[in-house]
Amino acid sequence: MFNFSMSPPQASNFAKFHDTLFYVLLILTVIFSVIVGAAVIYFASKYRAGRVVDRSHPPHESKVLEITWSVIPTILGLIVFVFSTMLFVDMRTPPKNASEIFVMGKQWMWHIQHANGIRENNTLTIPVNKPVKLTMISQDVIHAFYVPAFRVQYHVVPGRYTQMWFTPTEKGTYPIFCNVYCGTQHSEMGGYVRVLDQKEWNEWARSGGETSQRMTLEQMGARTWARLGCGNGNCHGTSNTERGPSLYGIYGTKRKLKGGGTAIADVEYLRESILQPYNKITEGYDNTMSAYEGQLSEEEIMSLIAYIRSLGTSSQPTTEAAKGQSGGGEMKPSTPNLAAGALGADQYNRPGPDSGNLAAGAMGTKGN
Amino acid sequence: MSSTVLPPYEGTRVTEEPPENYITAGHTVKSWLLTGDHKRIALLYLFSTAFFFFLGSIAAGLVRIELTRPNGVMLESETYNKMFTAHGVTMIFFFLIPAIPAIFGNFLLPIMIGARDLAFPRLNLFSWYLYMTSGVMLLIVLCLGGVDSGWTFYTPYSSMYSNSQVTLTILAAFIAGFSSISTAVNFIATVHKMRAPGMTWFRLPLFVWSHYATSVIIVLGTPVVAITLFLVVLERTFKLGIFSPELGGDPVLFQHLFWFYSHPAVYIMILPAFGVISELFAAFSRRKIFGYHFIAFSSLAIAALGFLVWGHHMFVSSQSMYQGVVFSLLSFLVAVPSAIKVFNWTATMYKGQVHMRTPFLFALGFIGLFTVGGLTGLFLSSMGTDMHLTNTYFVVAHFHYVMVGGTILGFLGALHYWWPKMFGVMYNEFWGRMSALLVFVGFNVTFLPQFVVGYMGMPRRYHYYYFAPEFQVYNILSTAGASVLAVGFALPVFYLTSSIRKGVKAGANPWGAHGLEWEIPSPPPTANFDRIPIVTDDVYDYESDARRPNIEMIESRTPEQLASTKETH
Ligand code: HEM
Ligand SMILES: [Cu+2]
Repeated sequence: MFNFSMSPPQASNFAKFHDTLFYVLLILTVIFSVIVGAAVIYFASKYRAGRVVDRSHPPHESKVLEITWSVIPTILGLIVFVFSTMLFVDMRTPPKNASEIFVMGKQWMWHIQHANGIRENNTLTIPVNKPVKLTMISQDVIHAFYVPAFRVQYHVVPGRYTQMWFTPTEKGTYPIFCNVYCGTQHSEMGGYVRVLDQKEWNEWARSGGETSQRMTLEQMGARTWARLGCGNGNCHGTSNTERGPSLYGIYGTKRKLKGGGTAIADVEYLRESILQPYNKITEGYDNTMSAYEGQLSEEEIMSLIAYIRSLGTSSQPTTEAAKGQSGGGEMKPSTPNLAAGALGADQYNRPGPDSGNLAAGAMGTKGN
Repeated sequence: MSSTVLPPYEGTRVTEEPPENYITAGHTVKSWLLTGDHKRIALLYLFSTAFFFFLGSIAAGLVRIELTRPNGVMLESETYNKMFTAHGVTMIFFFLIPAIPAIFGNFLLPIMIGARDLAFPRLNLFSWYLYMTSGVMLLIVLCLGGVDSGWTFYTPYSSMYSNSQVTLTILAAFIAGFSSISTAVNFIATVHKMRAPGMTWFRLPLFVWSHYATSVIIVLGTPVVAITLFLVVLERTFKLGIFSPELGGDPVLFQHLFWFYSHPAVYIMILPAFGVISELFAAFSRRKIFGYHFIAFSSLAIAALGFLVWGHHMFVSSQSMYQGVVFSLLSFLVAVPSAIKVFNWTATMYKGQVHMRTPFLFALGFIGLFTVGGLTGLFLSSMGTDMHLTNTYFVVAHFHYVMVGGTILGFLGALHYWWPKMFGVMYNEFWGRMSALLVFVGFNVTFLPQFVVGYMGMPRRYHYYYFAPEFQVYNILSTAGASVLAVGFALPVFYLTSSIRKGVKAGANPWGAHGLEWEIPSPPPTANFDRIPIVTDDVYDYESDARRPNIEMIESRTPEQLASTKETH
């Protein structure tokens, strides 16, 4: 009737360390609770009113005792703190070789955009044993991307990028939950991570997943760049001009700002410079660029950043190439609910309740 | 040796009824609604907070029923979300924060320090009117369809996206905040200015110390949350960009401001209960509380450190990693003063005369549950584990262990300990013990499974979990436990009200306890003391006075009393 389990699968590089810490804390909790509970019961029965026992010289205060029972828990706590902070720092420091995936959350679904151009909804398909770094942003309220089997989650915030990373270590399908309350269908803003072995994943990637028109993020960015004319009129060319600084090779460099100060040109800086260019102006320039705030979708912004990052590197796509790829036509939005097809397997066809929600649609047969 | 100008025990056990007590002092509705008597205001609070507790429990019951099935039972998701919000808002702002200070603090703090009333009686009455105003606003919110933002009001959901009664709810919480502030200011002034001669700081009962610490936190913290919530209203109604990125604001700023208050607020909820527990341990072990100074100072340490750990609610919120490290470290440290208290209470029983009466059973329950609640707080202060556990049912279980297991058991302990003082009658001891037992058992059955299901990854505020049916067994257990818990909470309503009609007279000091409140008649006269007492003895001076009778001796003096409150063991 019920499937009975007490812990989530250990499916990522963090799971073992996390669970060890958890069980150490659990053991400490049990030990302390038992000590306190036993003392309470023992004293309560031994010194029960009316019982004749030695009650002479009751102590009232004891510095030695107070220090003992403050210092021992403090030390134990600090030991746990050190290990747990080590784990956390690891969780927050993506390795250089992690492959990047863009995640956008919105009420009440997840959009996934792989570097190779594949898009998915409510499903994240990744190869086993390869570190993955998610760059995430929300289009509306705060969400959190949570995969219990991986023991990690992080908030997905509107207006700023957040990141998380993990290496899946076990093949399988694991639920994704949104873990910050985000409105009516919060509990159904879910999906699955599919962890395939490398061969399966390559096949899946070759078949293009379910994306009808594939473009890498850079190619999409190149298109947007061309559409907005960022490189026209001498604004952002291959070298600095009077009108604007060149963006070639800018990513990750230190920028001198007008009015003093510097800033590292990371994703957050690039985002701000597109949306609110007046906030941080490169030294030697004036506030002449128009602000694109409110005019671009989160995906367009992300793709522009990806394109700028590729400028001046060998992988840089040209605008023409991008145009060629897309056949010069308007880019169609990817098929909704592609996850439904992607998952296929029956075991996930769990009946959803009455709401025609996306997650249920994506996971089951009901959607579309 | 003895304490006051009144003669000791024989005299304190006032045999003839005083001509008039605070309850009989006036019979008109007006005499209650315009009263300046701290004891009457305490009763007004008793009935009004009990009402909101009832309301919050109904919402909790609906939530629990809904969760017995992965697809829900009868509610739409939208209604479900409004239910857990109604539960959280009512319980936190209308019960847990005001209950102990506004009822027992109000009633006892002036008496314990030998004063005739609080420093500002009208401000005290005003605070009840503020509370009622905000309570009525909450009822209006519920009539208008409710609110769905959760008690935490995270932006930009609350400020830009929710289309429920967020504004009115926030204004209600805002006004309730000012009600707390008025009470706190009153307590601070009273403790500083109105202590009886000889009542030095270190003769103050720990109940007074902890209310003092609570009041300081309220005065420092509540204005911050009041302003923060007000900013949400401004953004919501006038589109003033503060928290919403669409308007140029910062959504995470809200969390900083909110938790800057709301972490200290958890101590606003628990410190008064700490005070109650100290009184109970001393009275029912007949001992001076062990480590009096350490307990008193740990309250102040908690009040101070409590302001520096708010970021432990935000480890995964995009706050900087280094900030997280500091908040985590400080959270480990803030747990130590709480541990010190638990150890000192336990040590108080050593070489004592332990009386296992109803109030003390609640106190022992408190020790067990609060210990578990505090220790599980460490799982959440530890960042590596919080990464997985945050916002799951593990957190829900943690804070119910400290807030129900801590604050509400403290509340029930206080209610059963001071009931004879407040109403002058004894309740039925057997049913009192039953209630303590049912609450303890029901509580654990309700919330232990939530630790497990939280560890398995069940997020809080989830209506459906059909995609993870393995959560169901724990949710059913939890709902079953909640029904037992409900019976445990409902019992006192019956035996306490019936005690008012049928209970035997309690006398001035039914527990043979030490403290000024036990030296005046029950129920006390309006002025508390005929003459302001002069305090000459130490706090919890149980042992140095061999003549102090124990509970059995007191009871043996009145045979009918003995008959109805007889020990059942
Ligand atoms: C003994 C020391 C305590 C420690 C170390 C501690 C630690 C924590 C931590 C780290 C969290 C954040 C969990 C998360 O969101 O991931 C938390 C949540 C919470 N704690 Fe505690 N806690 C302690 C005691 C208390 C007490 C005494 C109370 C109240 C009486 C309390 C009430 C709460 C509440 C209400 C929440 C959840 C707030 C929400 O998200 O709605 N805690 N605690
Ligand atoms: Cu906190």
